[in-house]
Formats: sequence, structure tokens, C-alpha cells
Amino acid sequence: MKKKLYNETIYRLLIVVVAVLSALLVGAILLLIAKANPLKAYYVMFTEPLSGKFGLTEILVRAAPLMLVGLGIAIAFRSGILNIGGEGQIMIGAIFGSFIALSFPNLPTYILLPFVFIASFIGGAIWGGIAGWMKAYLSVNEILSTIMLNYIAFQVYMYLIRGPMIDPQEVSYGTGVPQTALLSKNAWLVRIIPASRLHAGIIVAVILAIFVYFFLWKTTIGYRLRAAGAEAKAAKYIGVNVKNYLVLAMLLSGGFAGMAGAIEVCGVHHRALESISAGYGFSGIVVALFGGLHPLGIIPASAVFGLLIVGADMMQRSVTVPASIILAIQGLIILAIVSSQIFFSNITLKEKIMIKLKLMKSGDKDDS
Amino acid sequence: MPEIINKLEMRKITKKFPGVLACNNIDINIKSGEIVALLGENGAGKTTLMNVLFGLYQPEHGEIFLNDKKVIINSPRTAFSYGIGMVHQHFMLVPNLTVLENVALGFISKKIFKLELNKVRTKIDEVSKEYGLSVNPDAYIWQLSVGEQQRVELIKVLCLGANLLILDEPTAALTPQETDELIVLLKEMAKKDRSIIFISHKLNEVKAVSNRVYVLRNGSLVYEGETTEHSVSTLAEKMAGREISMPILKEKSHATSPILEIKNVFAKGSMGTMALEGLSLTVGKGEIVGIAGVSGNGQKELADVINGISHIESGQILLNNENIANKAPQKIINKGMGYIPEDRMHEGTIPSFSVKENIIMKDYCKAPLSKSLFLQDKIIENYSKELINNFAIKCPDNKTACASLSGGNVQKVILARELSRKPKMLVAAYPIRGLDIGAAEYVHEQLLEARSENIGILLISEELDELLDICDRIAVIYEGKILDVLDRDIATKSKLGLLMAGIKDEKKVI
Repeated sequence: MKKKLYNETIYRLLIVVVAVLSALLVGAILLLIAKANPLKAYYVMFTEPLSGKFGLTEILVRAAPLMLVGLGIAIAFRSGILNIGGEGQIMIGAIFGSFIALSFPNLPTYILLPFVFIASFIGGAIWGGIAGWMKAYLSVNEILSTIMLNYIAFQVYMYLIRGPMIDPQEVSYGTGVPQTALLSKNAWLVRIIPASRLHAGIIVAVILAIFVYFFLWKTTIGYRLRAAGAEAKAAKYIGVNVKNYLVLAMLLSGGFAGMAGAIEVCGVHHRALESISAGYGFSGIVVALFGGLHPLGIIPASAVFGLLIVGADMMQRSVTVPASIILAIQGLIILAIVSSQIFFSNITLKEKIMIKLKLMKSGDKDDS
Repeated sequence: MPEIINKLEMRKITKKFPGVLACNNIDINIKSGEIVALLGENGAGKTTLMNVLFGLYQPEHGEIFLNDKKVIINSPRTAFSYGIGMVHQHFMLVPNLTVLENVALGFISKKIFKLELNKVRTKIDEVSKEYGLSVNPDAYIWQLSVGEQQRVELIKVLCLGANLLILDEPTAALTPQETDELIVLLKEMAKKDRSIIFISHKLNEVKAVSNRVYVLRNGSLVYEGETTEHSVSTLAEKMAGREISMPILKEKSHATSPILEIKNVFAKGSMGTMALEGLSLTVGKGEIVGIAGVSGNGQKELADVINGISHIESGQILLNNENIANKAPQKIINKGMGYIPEDRMHEGTIPSFSVKENIIMKDYCKAPLSKSLFLQDKIIENYSKELINNFAIKCPDNKTACASLSGGNVQKVILARELSRKPKMLVAAYPIRGLDIGAAEYVHEQLLEARSENIGILLISEELDELLDICDRIAVIYEGKILDVLDRDIATKSKLGLLMAGIKDEKKVI
């Protein structure tokens, strides 16, 4: 039994490594076309972020919002809904949180921060809940509604940070950069490693991941939520109001994305500004899938994704290739990993490969 | 056109799957004009063996001989080129294409951008005339009934020139009438020198249709012989490897007071039309009341309204003298109602959930399985293991997903859940449909056991044998009403049959 588990782990690792290598191989062609040395580029991408305090802390700074969005996506997925509206929910969450932080700058941290997070949660939840309600009661496809709500959220967000909530200093200097005023220090998440951007948000995210795990698998509400998503007909059979649970799932999903907004505001920027999200709403979907839609899988998945982002940044600087190539390589890696899932789900294919591997192994022994 | 198959042999076929020997050294043969039945319980290796013949699996050992020449079949396409066609248990048809287009899909045309639809249409006409398989080539698949869809599958393989037809559990989704039609059709085909391999675990059909029978058990061939030599019960014994006797109710009911009273219920069906029109029925404590009827006469709606899954327009449903009509399903469950639904894979269980999670489906929010909002893992763990043990559910462990269990074991999960909660009343809809005989025996034993524990049971079924075996009374449902209720001592198949056709007074017909 132990041996079986061991073989299984080796197999999984092997598949992921082969998938990533093949993606890098295709990426190497792109790099060659851009006249960069692929070996050097990849060396930088995967070793530099891991070899210093700056790289390591930056990975975790990225991982925190990814983890929260990923958790929200996983909750929605488990309830049978594809939430593509993470971007919009992050922005609404960020603006709700900033509003509270700017309105009560003098509250002590231990009161203000929870309030900011709750406000962000509510903001994101409203935005996600709209799509959930529309799906449940008006049969509006959630993919359509969440994407459209992203556009609306972006415009509302920009209007607020350009207009009513703009930093008064920007107005008086006449520069007009769209951002809110700096939050009072009471609303800042504490930096946990000095001289880095790493803030306590990562701890909040990990705690919430564990919380979501308990919620989904150890509570009756979580049971109903998963039942409604897994088989609506069976859920009705035991008396679960599937529509209401659909709305609940979207409320929670949006709420978690909203808290990712709060993390960026209170942890990184200390204000709401134009590029608050950096695509976390979309990357979060990949993180959730990569983590097997399981909260405890999403923790390492978001770190891996953080590494991809930070490594790509560093590679771009060191071999000076256009940023678009970096994005393309990131995309290739994600595609390769997502498509390699077939090797885990298709048992016949898996068996064939396992047998071949065993043959190779015994062949080695014969040689020696 | 492939050559006529005079004789096909599979010799010493062995096929292994991880951890399972699906086929162990099996020899079978078939001649032209013969109908051979492949009989066995679920998981005996019937489908695997046929998938080897159809080129879907490669065997570890063994050879296939066609007219005494060795052939290697490594894909369905090769199988078709030898004249072997297979109709799978789950139809392989595209619902939003027409019959014509579906048949055309199977043809390999030399022209890449052009479907030779006219050619295909003439071919369909030829085949349907030859065998009397009438079907409208321009109908969309989704418009057809299950029986008609099967006809399309048959036309498809015949159009492709199959001389040998493999039918994998062809009657699983058919009504009794459609089954009879199919059997006539298959015999007609055999007369025209086609060979047919008929996979099934339904003994009556095997008996009715086949010349010879092969019985498989746990991947091995355990018996081969002429069908006529054996009775249904000896075949059942060979299939299960032990004596099978479907339990029969013997003692009289002691039903004194009613547990479920349905009074003049009107309810709408999913199409929005009236499905129940003034239905009244009473079930007593410790009594099994059967509902006989051609499906679509309100059975589904009746089961749903009793369990609160859909609402009634008017009338009363009393459980233990308390009105439960239009109450929330959870409330009705808590008042002691049990329900074995018709769709055991998607309604009775959640396929992606583990056996453990499926076992607690109805009581997960009650103590001791949960306290306030928290599921009590240890108690659930022990409870599920106890039930798996008590009901002999075959599964690797309690974390296995229900989707990977056989139909019989899924039904056992549902039975275990419904009966262990000690209901006062149980609605069982088609509880043995699609199960092999060993599992069916078990289900009936459990229902009788529940009856002796004073549970009232409403048994909905289309199989009159089932109803006559274990019911105290049999009610016949026709167009949303109970036409008549017969006591078991006076109920016969012919009486029930007439009632099911809507004829209440025999004399009037004559």
C-alpha cells in the first residue's frame, strides 16, 4: 500500500515536470525569436526568485490575493457555478474597504482592519451575489453576467477614484492620478519581514483557506452547498433549496475575491489605485483548478503561481525581452499543466505509462 | 461489403484490468443465423469480452478466428470491415442531428466536404424495408422514444453492413412492450442469416430470444449450452453461482391502521398538464401496496408529491393522520418518510460523493451525525462502516465515490440509508429495475423485512412478477387515477394487464 502511494507520487511529479518542460521548450522558441538566450532566461526565472529574500517575499505577496480569489472560485465551482467575475469583485471589495478605512482613520488597528475586511467581503459578496441571484431566479448564464459585471465594476471603480474619492492632493497638485488618499497607518497590514513588502495578509489567507476547508467538508451548510453543486436533482430529493444555495455560493465566492481587494489595499498599496488587481481575478481561476478545487491544494498552488509571476518579472529584467513574451510563456505553462490533467483522470492511459516506467526501471537494473 | 460470417470463434481470451481479471481464458463461438446469449451478473465480464471482439480493448492473450481465418481486430473500424457491429447499452447518437445524419456519421466517405446523404437515405430505406424497421429518416433523435432510438442504432449498424450484431443489454431502458417488439425483430434478423450476440442479465428475455447461452461469472465461462435445455431458475443459479429464489410473500397482512392516506389528490406534471386527477389510496402499517401501470400514467408524480418534491393542487396526503401535502421535503423526511427514487444514480445518490457522504444524505443535519452546524466525523465514520457491513455493500472503502459502484451496490447504499433510519413509510420506485437477479433478490428480502417491522411500503413497478411476488394489494394507476385495487389472492397477470390498459369491466369488452 505504501509502495503504491510512493509510485503514485512519483508518477504525478513526473507528469507535472514533463508538462512544464514541454511548455518551456515551446517558450524557448519564442525566446530565440526574440534573440534571447533561453537557458539563461529560464535559469533566472526559476532560481532567482527562490535565492533571495526579495524573491521569496514577493512570491508570497502575490500568493495572498491569488489564494483568496482561488478559494472563492473553488466554492463557486463546488456549487456548480463558474465565477469569472473575480476582477470586478476585487475592485468593489477594494473600494468598500478603502471607504471604511478613509472614513474612520482614527479607529485602532484591531478594530479598523476587521471592519475594512468585512466591508470588502460585503462589497465583493454583493457583486458576486447579483450574478448568483440572476442565475438562480432569472436563469441568466453566470459566465455572461460575471464578465459583464466586471466591466461595470471597473467603470464604477474608476469613476470613484477619479471623482468623489480621489486623493485631495492629486487635485490640489493638478496631477489627477486616479487613486484615493493614502490610508491612515491604522488600516495597514503589518509587514512581517522588515525591508520587504511581505505583509500579514498571507497569514490571513492561509487561515481563511483552512476555514473554507472546514466549512465545506465539516459543516452541514458546506455539505448542502456541495450537494447542490454536485447533483441538483439529488439535492432537491433531500430538500435542499438549490436556488438559495446557488446564491449563497456566489455571495461567498464574491466575498473572498472582495477580501483579496482589501489585502491589496491594506497590505501592498495602502490606497485604492487604478491597477489594483493585476489580473488576479482571472489567474485565481487557474490557481483554483491547479489546486484541485480543494482549499488545501490552493495554498501551494497560489505559491507556485506567485513564483511564475515573480520569476517572469525577473527574467524580463535580466534578459530584456518584451513583456508580452513573458505573458505568453506563463500562458504556455498553465496550458501544459491544465492539459496534463488527462494523465491523472484517464486510468487506462495512466496504467500504460506506469507499465512502461516499470519496464525502464527493471531494464536499468539488468544493465548494472 | 464484408464477407458473410459463417462462423466466428474467440479462443482463450484473457483481459486484465488493474487489479481485476475481467476475462479469464474464455472460448465462445457463433454461427450464422444463430442468436447467442451472453448471460452474467453485473461485472461478470460480458461487456469486456464484447469490447474485445469489437476492437475497443486488446486482450492480453487469445485469438479471434473468422471463418477459420485468424483476424486481428484493433479498432471498431476494423471490426466493421469484418462485418461486426455493436449496439452499446448507452446509445451513441447525436441528439440534435436527424436519423439520416446520425447514420451518415458512420460512413467513411472519400469526399471530405460532402456527405452523401442521398446514398445513405436509399440505404436506410433498403434496410428498414428488409427488416420492417420503420423510422422517419428526417426525425431528430431527441424527438424519438428510447425504443425508436434503439431502432436507429440497429439501422446504423445494419447500414454499415454488419453480419454479426452485438447488443449490449439492449432491453435495459425499454418498456415491456418495446422489449417484445425487439425480440420479434431479432428473430427475424436471425432468419436472414445474421448472427446476434445478446448480452443480458434478464433471464426471461434470454430464454425467449436465444438458441444458445454462455454464462459468465467473475470473468470466467461457467456454462455453455442450448437455451431450451434449461429453465429460468437453473440459469439463474448458474449465473449467480448459488441457488436463487426470489422471495415470495406468504403470510397475510396484519395491517390494522393506515399509515399513509392519499385523498383525492390533483397535481400537475412537469409538462404543466394534470398528471394526478383525483387519486386516492391507502397504505396500512406493515403492508406492501403495489402500483402497477404503464409508465407515464402518474407514477413519478405520485412518488414526488408524497415526498414533497413537487406540489399538489388540491387534496390531502396524511402520514400517520398528519397532513404532509406541500410540506418541505426535509420536514416529510423527518416525519419518517423513506423514498427509493426511480433514478438511483442521480436522485437517490450524489455520484461524486463518497459512500459515506451518501449514507448520511438524509440525517446529516440531525444529532448525533451533526451537532449544531458541525458534522461529527467519528460518528459518521462508524455509522457508515456499520451500514456498509450490515447491508453487505461491496466497495473498497467508505470513501469510494458512488459513481464507481455497480447499480446493485448503489441500490444497497440507498436501501441502507432509507431502512436504517427506521421510517414509518417507504416509497420504492422501480427498486429492482436494471439489477441482476442476486441483487434483486436482496432488495425484495429487505422490503419484506421492512414490512415485518410494520413499515408501510408503496411499491411502484412495471414488472407484474415483482408486484405479484411481494405485494399485499396491487393498485392499478391509469391516467392519474387508481382504477382498481386488487388483493393478492385474486390478482392475476391478465386482470392487471386489462386494468393497465384502462379497462375496468371485463364483461363490457366482450
